[in-house]
Amino acid sequence: MTRGYRIFQGFNAVILAVVVVATLYPFVNIIAQSFSDERYILSGQVNLIPKGFNLTTYQIVGSDPMFWINYRNTVVYTVVATLIAMVLTTCYAYVLSKRHLKGRTFLIWIAVFTMFFNGGLIPNYVLVTSLGLKNSIWAIALPNAISVFNLLVMKAFFESLPDELEEAASIDGLNTYGILWRIVLPLSKAVIATMVLFYAVSFWNSWFSAFLYMNETELFPVTVYLRNLIAGATGAEGAGAAVADVTQAAANIKSVTIVLTVLPILAIYPFVQRYFVSGVMLGAVKG
Amino acid sequence: MTTANTLEPETLEERPDSGRRTSRGGSWRRALRRDWQLYSLAILPLLFFLIFRYAPMLGNIIAFRKFEPGGNIFGEEWVGLRYVRMFLNDPTFWNVFTNTLVLGGLTLLFCFPLPIVLALLLNEVRNRKMKRFLQSVSYLPHFLSIVVVAGIVMQFLSLDGPVNQILQMAGGEPISFMQRPEWFRTIYVSSEIWQTVGWGTILYLAALTTIDEQLYEAAKIDGASRWRQIWHVTLPGIRPTAVTLLILNIGTFMAVGFEKVLLLYNPLTYPTGDVISTYVYRMGVQSSNMSYAAAIGLFEALIGLTLIISANVISKRTVGTSLW
Repeated sequence: MTRGYRIFQGFNAVILAVVVVATLYPFVNIIAQSFSDERYILSGQVNLIPKGFNLTTYQIVGSDPMFWINYRNTVVYTVVATLIAMVLTTCYAYVLSKRHLKGRTFLIWIAVFTMFFNGGLIPNYVLVTSLGLKNSIWAIALPNAISVFNLLVMKAFFESLPDELEEAASIDGLNTYGILWRIVLPLSKAVIATMVLFYAVSFWNSWFSAFLYMNETELFPVTVYLRNLIAGATGAEGAGAAVADVTQAAANIKSVTIVLTVLPILAIYPFVQRYFVSGVMLGAVKG
Repeated sequence: MTTANTLEPETLEERPDSGRRTSRGGSWRRALRRDWQLYSLAILPLLFFLIFRYAPMLGNIIAFRKFEPGGNIFGEEWVGLRYVRMFLNDPTFWNVFTNTLVLGGLTLLFCFPLPIVLALLLNEVRNRKMKRFLQSVSYLPHFLSIVVVAGIVMQFLSLDGPVNQILQMAGGEPISFMQRPEWFRTIYVSSEIWQTVGWGTILYLAALTTIDEQLYEAAKIDGASRWRQIWHVTLPGIRPTAVTLLILNIGTFMAVGFEKVLLLYNPLTYPTGDVISTYVYRMGVQSSNMSYAAAIGLFEALIGLTLIISANVISKRTVGTSLW
């Protein structure tokens, strides 16, 4: 090991430490704020550790019925949209994975072309509005039902399964649906878990579809609730209606809402991270 | 002579053609009979693509047709290039066009190379547990909702937030960052770096593990230093990945983080923050000028398509890597 390389290693450690701190500091800061007393936040004394520890803000946010209605909406939207997305994606990916299928290339191009060119905001808005999907869960679930990237990941996985199993099953008298349901899907648990996570996280985090197509507060997901809360701060548009009476604790309430919104993601993250990584690899190598 | 000459190629052409057609039809019939269950699985997904992807593409026709709310989604009557001429003469359009190019350019400038640098640094970490920890931490921001990121950014930069506290400690005046147009680009690009760079390393780290160890051994025997090894072995090893990602980044260049801009900007920061997609949103959804907004949106999408196709052609010619 040369001296230059040792210097580099030290240098590298410093840079990576800075990266870690810069990535984590905002999280820790927000969490610390959410447990802190408003006075210390406003005087800028809260950094990594809560000051004047209290749960009052959690009680304020928790006592807003709209927050819970919107939180429940997020759960419902995520579950339903993920379910629809999984059914459509699995079916199409399975079809596309059959190399002998006539017209397969065309079917693939139908999907892939939409990665490079899409209709754009306005025609989509006009379409969803004229289909009468506004103010319903379908405005969120249907237009985003297939992510082409996820589709290609699944297709790559199905292609990697040995053909012999399916041939044997069809000799045993199973039809295509039976093969997919009883043979292929049980073998694909890992990729299915990955896809469910991909979709669920993206639906959980999504806000714009709901923001665009939902007019009633009771239909908002929690991300739109949070959006209205933070938009109130810039004075850009209307403030979050439900919490207008407690504006003196604004900074605190925002921190608490942020923490509660990301909590499920943070809770599952350590366990599911490797699925995401392997899913992206599979998509990148074969897609 | 002449009749024979003109007849002959026709008959020659027709025979194989018609033969092919019947055989093609026949093989389609056979494929349908054999695989109808497979095709039936494709019906719902195809309906999805047709209705929610291809119909909106055709829906762009309202850029050239008069559109009435609640009326035909493909418009009422042709108006030609009226809306195109309108936006070309709209000074706001040129402002948001410039903003889009600047913001897209800055994002590309920082968010394309930084993951490569970070991946190279991570690759030099010898302790495996440490490496895994660093990866977990750097991937984390990718999983946050854009709303959450915007919320964190605003809390951070608020008048009593950490950044202004540091400024005041250093003896400066607090700055209302979110209201200042001159700060918008910095804020946008920094938050983009924070959220995307860690996750962006995944593909490079994967590419790095596929590089043959023997290449490094050979380079060492040839007397190459660490730096020369990186330059001659590592970088060429990740070049295909880098080129592919560059093409994809160039393709999304015009659609710069629409949702994030929408969350971060406000009327005070329009001079630097307003981009094509947010202008389209305000014109169309908020002011109901659907045709006008669709014309601008179509313009943006066509530039995006042109960019990705040209980037692909250029990279195919120069480095031999391409998407298709």
